[in-house]
Amino acid sequence: MLVLDRVSKTYPNGVHALGGVSVEVDLGEIVAVIGGSGCGKSTLLRAVSGLDPASEGTVLLDGERITAPHEKIGIIFQEPRLLPWLKVAGNVGFGLGDRPRQERAVRVATALERVGLADKATMWPRELSGGQAQRVAIARALVPRPQLLLLDEPFSALDAFTRTDLQDHLLNLWADAKPTLILVTHDVDEAIVLADRVMVMCPRPGRIFDAIAVDLPRPRDRQSAAFDFVKRRVLAALDRSLSRAVQPADGEGKASAGAALWW
Amino acid sequence: MSLVTMTIAAEERGAVPAERAASRKWARLARPVLGLVLPVMLAVAWEFVVRMGWASGRLAPPPSVIFQEFVDLARSGDLQRNTLVTLGRVAAGFGCGVAVATIVGAAAGYSPLIRRLLDPSLQALRAIPSIAWVPLFVLWLGIFEASKITLIAVGVFFPVYLGVMGAIQSVDRKLVEVGRAFRLSDVQMVRRILLPAVLPAYVIALRSGLGLGWMFVAAAELLGASEGLGYLLLDGQELGKPAEIVAAIVAFAVVGKATDWLIALAAAPFLRWEDVVRQE
Repeated sequence: MLVLDRVSKTYPNGVHALGGVSVEVDLGEIVAVIGGSGCGKSTLLRAVSGLDPASEGTVLLDGERITAPHEKIGIIFQEPRLLPWLKVAGNVGFGLGDRPRQERAVRVATALERVGLADKATMWPRELSGGQAQRVAIARALVPRPQLLLLDEPFSALDAFTRTDLQDHLLNLWADAKPTLILVTHDVDEAIVLADRVMVMCPRPGRIFDAIAVDLPRPRDRQSAAFDFVKRRVLAALDRSLSRAVQPADGEGKASAGAALWW
Repeated sequence: MSLVTMTIAAEERGAVPAERAASRKWARLARPVLGLVLPVMLAVAWEFVVRMGWASGRLAPPPSVIFQEFVDLARSGDLQRNTLVTLGRVAAGFGCGVAVATIVGAAAGYSPLIRRLLDPSLQALRAIPSIAWVPLFVLWLGIFEASKITLIAVGVFFPVYLGVMGAIQSVDRKLVEVGRAFRLSDVQMVRRILLPAVLPAYVIALRSGLGLGWMFVAAAELLGASEGLGYLLLDGQELGKPAEIVAAIVAFAVVGKATDWLIALAAAPFLRWEDVVRQE
């Protein structure tokens, strides 16, 4: 279980990016974090990962305080960030440096099989398409069998078709070992397709504005009325979170969420 | 999208038409040959002009005379001896220069404090034409090997220092973060992320350093030496033997190119991942 207790982050330049986020996430739960830009969602994820620890408050994973990257935590970034000097198999096995060669080979092969890239094992990252590269990054993060997987807008750089393809793929992979997933995204559909709970954040300083449970059976139909219903709720929450952040002098705080996301 | 690219890739790997492969092979062989066309044509033309008696070729000997000079020098052992001496000087100067430049460059690239401390002074020294050091080096180190090797080392130092420092500074922070996310120790971080990331730029720095090393060995030997390819240049000038000068120049070119090629060859297995980019 992951427990965040009043997690705040103030950068050395004085920017108060995160203002006391408290949340509990169960093992195996999928949580999507959504919000306008600058609302601290990436900061929150980086604090949980230990890459950029919180300046105040605590992050506890199974009672253990996280202040640096931890072996139980895997991270997937917005870009694949594959090491260009390693072949695909080398990249997938990157986190298994301390394991015997035999075990490493087996686990890498299994993971590549699982993401559907078994035939690309001996290719260089340069030779992959964007979607393939991100799948390799997913395999790399999953191979050490993390208990908590953090995803920072992992599909935002991909085209729409590849994106939905990878969302489904991610769910399949998640079902293997059911780690906890925290997904930062700015795509409302993506959040609802994947998550058990959608947390809407608002900016200055970043905090949780609203949390919406998504009680839809998987796989979820993006066209269903139930899906649409949840989507309306999330969009409404987003809208409110943003109009509250906007100065009242604006007069018309009711901009549509879609446009507001770009502010 | 990914499906499409995957099928295309499969087709390309699966069955390249034999005809296309053959023509590609020819193209690969023909490309370096293309570069030879101009020099060979000029050489043949000059030979022809001298043979026809249109020019004496006394100051600019035709290829056949240069070749004969080469053979004579090789027979007497002068060519081998002088080449080895020069090669030894370059090797020593290059070795020293690279060693110091790598350490100082790495330190300056890694630590902003060291960079602020050292870099301005080094940049100021870099602005001095290296040949200007010669009188001082001769005073300090004598006229023999030490001053020559020091001059070469100074010439090699700057491009390698700049290359290493720049390469370390420009290592992709996002990849370093991947290393952090996988909890690499400092040593592992250097070995698994920094070294491979820096290597391409390092090889380029080594090659430009080597080029300068050859430049400065010629300068050092021209300024006073009793053996070495530079001595052959001087000897040819004093005795009025242009063929010897040209032969020494050609020897410089061949050995210089060969050493450069050796570095490239040694680095190639580690830089194969880069080739993909070049082919695209």
